Amino acid sequence: MLREGQVRIPSGCAIVGALSRKGERFSGEAMMKAIATMHERSNGLGGGFAGYGIYPGYKDYYALHVFYDSTEAKEACEAFLNRHFDIVDLSKMPVRKIPEIIGEPLIWRYFVLPLPSKLADSQLDEKEFVLRCVNRVNTSIEGAYIFSSGKNMGVFKAVGYPEDVGRFYRLEEYAGYSWTAHGRYPTNTPGWWGGAHPFAVLDTSVVHNGEISSYDANRRFIEMFGYKCTLQTDTEVITYIVDYLVRKQGLSLEEMASVIAAPFWSDIDAMPEGERQTLTYLRSIYSSLLVTGPFSILLGFEGGMMALNDRLKLRSMVVGEKDDRTYFASEECAIRAIEPNLDRLWSPKGGQPVIVRVEGETTCP
Amino acid sequence: MPINYEIPAFEVVRNLDRCTGCGLCVRECANGVHIQKEGSRALITHDENCVNCQRCVAMCPVHAIRIRHNPPPFSANANWTGQTITEVYRQASSGGVLLSSMGNPNPFPVYWDRMLINASQVTNPPIDPLREPMECRTYLGERPQRIQRDKNGKIDGHLPPHLKLELPIMFSAMSYGSISYNAHASLARAARELGTYYNTGEGGLHEDFYPYGDNTIVQVASGRFGVHADYLHAGAAIEIKMGQGAKPGIGGHLPGSKIGADISRTRMIPEGSDAISPAPHHDIYSIEDLRQLVQSLKEATHYTKPIIVKVAAVHNVAAIASGIARSGADIIAIDGFRGGTGAAPTRIRDHVGIPIELALASVDERLRQEGIRERVSIVAGGSIRSSADLIKAILLGADAVYVATAAMLAMGCHLCRSCQMGKCNWGIATQRPELVRRLDPDEATQRLVNLLTAWKREIEEMMGGMGIGAIDALRGNRLMLRGVGLTDRELSILGIKHAGE
Repeated sequence: MLREGQVRIPSGCAIVGALSRKGERFSGEAMMKAIATMHERSNGLGGGFAGYGIYPGYKDYYALHVFYDSTEAKEACEAFLNRHFDIVDLSKMPVRKIPEIIGEPLIWRYFVLPLPSKLADSQLDEKEFVLRCVNRVNTSIEGAYIFSSGKNMGVFKAVGYPEDVGRFYRLEEYAGYSWTAHGRYPTNTPGWWGGAHPFAVLDTSVVHNGEISSYDANRRFIEMFGYKCTLQTDTEVITYIVDYLVRKQGLSLEEMASVIAAPFWSDIDAMPEGERQTLTYLRSIYSSLLVTGPFSILLGFEGGMMALNDRLKLRSMVVGEKDDRTYFASEECAIRAIEPNLDRLWSPKGGQPVIVRVEGETTCP
Repeated sequence: MPINYEIPAFEVVRNLDRCTGCGLCVRECANGVHIQKEGSRALITHDENCVNCQRCVAMCPVHAIRIRHNPPPFSANANWTGQTITEVYRQASSGGVLLSSMGNPNPFPVYWDRMLINASQVTNPPIDPLREPMECRTYLGERPQRIQRDKNGKIDGHLPPHLKLELPIMFSAMSYGSISYNAHASLARAARELGTYYNTGEGGLHEDFYPYGDNTIVQVASGRFGVHADYLHAGAAIEIKMGQGAKPGIGGHLPGSKIGADISRTRMIPEGSDAISPAPHHDIYSIEDLRQLVQSLKEATHYTKPIIVKVAAVHNVAAIASGIARSGADIIAIDGFRGGTGAAPTRIRDHVGIPIELALASVDERLRQEGIRERVSIVAGGSIRSSADLIKAILLGADAVYVATAAMLAMGCHLCRSCQMGKCNWGIATQRPELVRRLDPDEATQRLVNLLTAWKREIEEMMGGMGIGAIDALRGNRLMLRGVGLTDRELSILGIKHAGE
């Protein structure tokens, strides 16, 4: 059977996110509990988590989480990493053997910084250098796959139900100020761990529920700018779009949302002059980055999280708040499972971004 | 008198039980097929003059007339077909180049008919255009590579010169001269009503149509007929015609017989003189010369109008398009070999150029590989026959399409392919006042508006079926296409998978 990336596999999903606006770190246990209530939305063929603020001891280093199919792949990858990075720590990923999770690859974790001489030679900024190195490993070293590469954050994913994936990675032992979780319902099984979600580029991670109809239009556009969609998943292309618009084009998160879930022309035409001009401009110049079809995404980034639905709201998503915590989930039950008494609960409109930041408010324009 | 070797291609069959001898067919036929002697009700038929335009059939009040094909009765021969033999006879008698009109009629593969469109089932929902917004608006022109902000961080929202289309279809170039005043008026009015554009072709712009300038693309072709400062300023965009799909490698021809007073004034040439455009632009012998013309036209119009460069789909069209994209042009129009014409040498129409489907796919892919696809918009033409062809073109990578033959048909053309004779009984491809009068601009405008409105509805239905709510997400979305009965090579050029994959 073809592996993820050799074939495009549509999937349904469950997503959950939680963030402490005070920046208090909390364990991954709650996330397992929340996602477990949406068990029926996954089918055991993929689950994963992203945690932010989980590596305070190494917060200035890029944390690389890597899957290896073989020791040869590991040797080749480590040789590459040694040529490009200063590796300050490396270890096998601590996991718990459980019967629900089988067939795991070798999983290793490295804390690294680019070698100053290599970085200077490349004439790239540090993030771009790291990103290109990650892409190089993923596309050219057979059997090696770096699935997490941000600072002070990490992605944990596997083939299995998400709550089992969490136990496997011992997530109750990690504490972060922000978490996302994902349960996957793919329509066939590649049985490959790299295909599970979240998908991450540097410290930007995306969990997504939906199947976008604009996929190939988006993919063919973004591949003009040095990205390579090797997994052929929606989540991957959405992550690249976010990276391109925010990191490379300098758009704010709100502006980025108005590109990928653009307001309808009829609404834009009715806006006051200034706003109309800006939105017409963004929509027409980034026309190929309009994402259509059902999606609800949670975008994790350093210091915050953003939720966004497709503009027709073809996927469910609710937001809840209690004290300094903001929660997002495909279904309300997932939030209630960990916080039964909410101050506020609402369902954002299609195309309306909800942005929450540490030391900030939850904004929903 | 020498023997005429040519056998009439059509037989005019008159049902004498029905015919009342009213003589309407005589007055309707400019080709002299029906003759009635003065004082007699009897009709004489000259089959050899019939072009099968169906005018008499449509107009006969008692439906007494039928036109039948009269295939040449030569002995069956798969190599020397009746058509080939007849053409040899014709050239042997005239010593001339064979002329034809409209698009290539030969049985080359039509790739549109070998591609099928996707629809949503289960994993994502189709969208219902009766209940959800469906967006067909399209902007054509350069898309800037970077946004600019002012010192307060506000985005500078000034788009470079562009065209705004309410549906991704424009009427392609048909010159005033090749088609009639009333046909031009109808195209201009329909374009305005639909929120799109029509194209003057290379014959200049009649003074009466300047008010439609906001919906007009003015063309600059190698003959530069009718090109002057006011003309350039009059349109919403300027198109440099480098080539035409029906006749790549040669310029336009308009016989002197079609150049009356009005056309002479519009084209700025003497009455009755042939308007023969040179094969090349004599100031463009290479790509760097094209760049100069593009920049000159921008300079002349103060950088307010997008520049379109139209090329015929030829073998190395992808490389040519790459050059054009770097020339400062804002839009590339590619015209496939099945595109129509008012007059072209038959051999060129039927044997030169390549299909638009392959040209479009390779241009779009090439520009993406070079990372310059956003510098230009792509308009595909050269036989877009229906909304399905249009959707397939956009899925392959076009921003919009040009249609002309379909527009002619909407106005009443019966595709008899005799435009070069200037005797169009439907009042479209003619300059004879008594024929031009037959085309009612009110009715023709309405029929053009109806046609494109119907297409728009079909686009919305098919787009919704794919779960797509806006044209933006259709462009270049090749996963939505599958080939049937195509070779690996054809699939790889089209950049699509085979059905079942």
